[in-house]
Amino acid sequence: MKKFTYTEKKDTRSGFGAGLLDIGKKNPNVVALCADLTGSLKMDAFEKEFPERFIQCGIAEANMIGVAAGLTIGGKIPFTGTFANFSTGRVYDQIRQSVAYSNKNVKICASHAGLTLGEDGATHQILEDIGLMKMLPGMTVICPCDYNQTKAATIALEKHVGPAYLRFGRPAVPNFTDAATPFEIGKAQILTEGKDVSIFATGHLVWKAIEACEILEAKGISCELINIHTIKPLDEKAILASVRKTKCVVTAEEHQRNGGLGDSIAQLLSKEFPVPIEMVAVNDSFGESGTPSELMTKYGIDTPNVVSAVEKVLMRK
Amino acid sequence: MSISSIAFSNEIRKAVLKMVFEANASHIGGALSMTDLLAVLYSEILNINPKNPLDESRDRFLLSKGHACTGLYAALALKGFFDLKELDSYSKNGSMLLSHTNHKAPGVELSTGSLGHALPVACGIALAAKRKNKAFKTYCLLSDGELDEGSNWEAILFAPQHRLNNLIAIVDYNKIQSFGLVKEVLDLDPLNRKFESFNWNVIEIDGHNHDQIFEAFGKAKANLIKPSVIIAHTVKGKGVDFMENKLLWHYKSPSLEQYRQALEQLNSQ
Repeated sequence: MKKFTYTEKKDTRSGFGAGLLDIGKKNPNVVALCADLTGSLKMDAFEKEFPERFIQCGIAEANMIGVAAGLTIGGKIPFTGTFANFSTGRVYDQIRQSVAYSNKNVKICASHAGLTLGEDGATHQILEDIGLMKMLPGMTVICPCDYNQTKAATIALEKHVGPAYLRFGRPAVPNFTDAATPFEIGKAQILTEGKDVSIFATGHLVWKAIEACEILEAKGISCELINIHTIKPLDEKAILASVRKTKCVVTAEEHQRNGGLGDSIAQLLSKEFPVPIEMVAVNDSFGESGTPSELMTKYGIDTPNVVSAVEKVLMRK
Repeated sequence: MSISSIAFSNEIRKAVLKMVFEANASHIGGALSMTDLLAVLYSEILNINPKNPLDESRDRFLLSKGHACTGLYAALALKGFFDLKELDSYSKNGSMLLSHTNHKAPGVELSTGSLGHALPVACGIALAAKRKNKAFKTYCLLSDGELDEGSNWEAILFAPQHRLNNLIAIVDYNKIQSFGLVKEVLDLDPLNRKFESFNWNVIEIDGHNHDQIFEAFGKAKANLIKPSVIIAHTVKGKGVDFMENKLLWHYKSPSLEQYRQALEQLNSQ
C-alpha cells in the first residue's frame, strides 16, 4: 500500500483559523462570528486582521446563529465559530428554521467535537452533531481529517453556496495530507487502493485507519481506504465503486454509531449493494474525562478497533 | 395619514377573519391585536416596493410571531406584493401561504413559527446595514408571550452593544399568551424598565391609536444612539367585540355564525 508519513502533528482547529484568515484576505464579504471562544477556535488572527469583520456575540449562541442568518444579506458569507455541542444541539432550532429552511449561506464551524476533546468530559464531547446536521434538508456536512484538509475545507466553503457544517477538533494529530491536494466538497478521497475490504473513515479516524491498514497489510490483507471528508452530500459513486470491488465494508468515525457516517453508508448499501458492514463508532454512550488516547481506546474507536472490525467483516464475507 | 391607515387596518382585519374562518385555523386573536401596527407600518412607514420586493435598499420587516401570519399575508396582498386571490389558498396543501409565516411569499423576509428567532436575525440585518453604510431600517414585531424565549434576551443584549440604532423592535403587548395571561404564565412587568436597563430606547404607546403608532416610529427613527423598542399595549382579538381580551381566541376558529357576526361588526367600522 501507499506509505503515509507526516512531519508534524497539528490541531485541525488551527487549520480552520488559517483557512479563515486566507479567505478573509481574498474576499471582503467573509465575516466571522464567535461566542467568546476566539482563542479556542483559533479565530484570533482573523479578528486582528479584520476587526471590522469580526463580530463578538458573547456566550449567546442562539443569537449568534440568528445574527449570522441576518448578515447573509448583500452577499456576506458569515462563518460562526464555537464548540461543536454549542454549534449544533444548543441551537438546533435556530439552524433548522433561520438557516436551513430559509436557505441562508451560513457556515457553521465547530471545534472540540467528539471524545478527543479529552479532559473536559461528557458535557462537551458531542458525539451526535453529524447526525443532527445531516438530517437537515440542504445542509452540507464536512469532517476533514487533518490540519491541511481543514484549512482546504474552510477555503472551499467560501465558494460553496448554501448552509454548511464544518466539524473539527482540539488535539494535535498527524498532518499527513499534502497541502497541494485539491479539496472538493462532496468528493471522496481515495487514500490507498486495495481488494479485500473497503474502509470508509472520517475526521480523526482517518489516520487511525491508515495505521490499521499498515497492520493489516503485514497480515496479508489488502485494504482500500477512502476518506469521506464530506458526509453530506455523500459520494455514492466512489463508495459503490469500491464496494463492488471489495464486497465488504468497515466504517470509522468519532461519533455515535446512530446517525453517523456508518449509518449513511449502510443506508446506501442496503439499497444499492448489500454487503457485510462493521462500524467503528461510539456505541450509544456518553464520554467522560481522560486523555484523547485513553478515551479512544476505552470507547472502541482506536487503531486496534479498526483492525478487529476488518478481521470480523472478512469472516462474514 | 391616519384615515387611510385606519381603512387599511379594517381591510386587513376582514381578510384575516376570512382566512382563519375558511381554513378553520387558529391564532386570530394575535393577528387582530397587531393589525393596527401592521397597517401603519405598511401604509406609512416602510420603504418598500411591491413591484420589486427584493430591492436592496428596502426597509426590512420581520414578523417574529409567525403564528399571526394571516395579518402579514393580508397586508402584503393588499399592498400588491401578490394577488389577493392567493389569500384563498392560505393553509391549503401546495400554498405558499403556510399557516406559519413563510418566506416563499413575496415580501416575507424570514420564515418564522418557532418563537424567539426573528430578533436575532433582525440584529444581523441591522448590523450588515451599518457595516455597508446602508440607510434602511430593520423592524421586528414580537409577541409578548415569545419574550419568554431566552434567545430574544440574547439579542436584546447584543443590539445596544453593537449600537444598532437602525433596529426597531415592536412588542405586541396584548397580555394574553397561548394558555393564560402573561402575568400568570411568566410575568414580563415591568417590561419598559427591562428594556431600559438593557440600554434600549423605549417608547410606550396604545397599539391601536394610529397617531401614536405613527409618532412612535418617528421617535424611534430619530434616535441615533440606541436600538428602539415600541411597547404597544394592545387588545387580543381587537375589532371583534366577542373576541376581545379572550384567551379562547388564541386558538379557536370562528363558527359560520360567529364569522358572519364578526364580519358584520368589521363592515360597520
